[in-house]
Amino acid sequence: MTVIPLKIERADEWSDKYDFETQLERHGLALPPLTIETLQVNVTKTCNQVCRHCHVDASPARTEKLSRAGIERCLEILEQHPQIKNLDITGGAPELHPDFEEFVERAVALGKHVMVRHNLTVTFDGHPQTGESKRHLPEFFARNRCEVISSLPYYHEYFTDAQRGKGVFGKSIESLKLLNAQGYGLDGTGLLLNLVYNPVGPYLPAPQAALEADYKRELKQKFGIVFNGLFTITNMPINRFKLHLEKSGQLEAYMDKLLAAFNPQAAQGVMCRSLISVDHEGHIYDCDFNQMLKLQAGMSDSGADRRPATIFNFDFDRLLRRRIRFDAHCLGCTAGAGSSCGGAVT
Amino acid sequence: MSHYFESEDLKKFGDIARHGPEHAELFFKYYGAVTGRDGALSKREKSLIALAVAHAMKCPYCIDAYTTACLESGADPEQMMEAVHVAAAMQAGITLVHAVQMQNHLEKLIL
Repeated sequence: MTVIPLKIERADEWSDKYDFETQLERHGLALPPLTIETLQVNVTKTCNQVCRHCHVDASPARTEKLSRAGIERCLEILEQHPQIKNLDITGGAPELHPDFEEFVERAVALGKHVMVRHNLTVTFDGHPQTGESKRHLPEFFARNRCEVISSLPYYHEYFTDAQRGKGVFGKSIESLKLLNAQGYGLDGTGLLLNLVYNPVGPYLPAPQAALEADYKRELKQKFGIVFNGLFTITNMPINRFKLHLEKSGQLEAYMDKLLAAFNPQAAQGVMCRSLISVDHEGHIYDCDFNQMLKLQAGMSDSGADRRPATIFNFDFDRLLRRRIRFDAHCLGCTAGAGSSCGGAVT
Repeated sequence: MSHYFESEDLKKFGDIARHGPEHAELFFKYYGAVTGRDGALSKREKSLIALAVAHAMKCPYCIDAYTTACLESGADPEQMMEAVHVAAAMQAGITLVHAVQMQNHLEKLIL
């Protein structure tokens, strides 16, 4: 029987220097799960973009997607657990999953708050494999009152296109205008449009409030665009971004920076304490980053209950007793003001 | 082969305390207080000033450090380039204003 090990055994150069649990011990911190407020589901790795920092390694060539049975099981879990208030749908570009719209509509009908990690450009690019148009998305989001969360690495073309591909900034601006036209980001509509800032290299995000004020001023003045909030998210040293750091000889310096900026207050607010992440095969993880590293969560923290957790053996109470699996990349969530899928945590 | 200004050496800045810890401690405390937090100037403004000074003083360590510091405080490349132009314009101005001295002396020399 497969069980999840209590501690990740590493044999590489990261084993001691960047050991996350050592940092927790040093600061007298224990980080057990607090609740499961958000079910984050990565429905597909297919994406119309190929971003240089993407921790999912998503691209137009990827085909992995959650099965119909997986979607149905997620909806059952949402229905059976009023404690889970949010469905956070991500990818890839989640809108490229064939059952995406039904998933949203049924979760909304269950009274859940639905968040969509929308990359903006898919509205214009459509499905990269089938050519299917996605021009209706802004109206679809508004009709279902989804919270739209979209990456825009900067309010200038230079940084945005460097990270997300040539032409992405221009399309993103046009897409934001369509969302504004549906009422997104406007006072009094209740239609939430939040933007995500990622640094375009191995450095920490600027303070969230100051950067949000800059974004609001610049986007309003230059393009007439409004939005609700800005989430600053630190780049995690995994997958495509880690490879870039290795190739450019910057990995150690970046890890040193994250380590030096370890913030105990940010550690207490890490998102894995109130969220679980589901992959396209129905496996459960403590977060989307652990998902990409295949660090599957255990059902619980004791004996045989450390079997790998999936949506098919889902047990809310046992999952609250699981031991969150930390590794060196977690330093990205605890550096400076902290980082989560909802931005800074302090 | 050894080189001057190895980027790795920036990490060793703290080592200047080895043969003079008291002065080093005073310096780093002062340095941190001036550059490391918002005051009458924001950290972003201070980082842009430091970037300009780094260019004027031609310090490769400082250019690397404050390019990153500018980004981490939310400055954008246009602001950073403009800060360097301020340094360049000041240096040009400082050179040119000495032409007044040259002209004063010229007038003394000429009959």
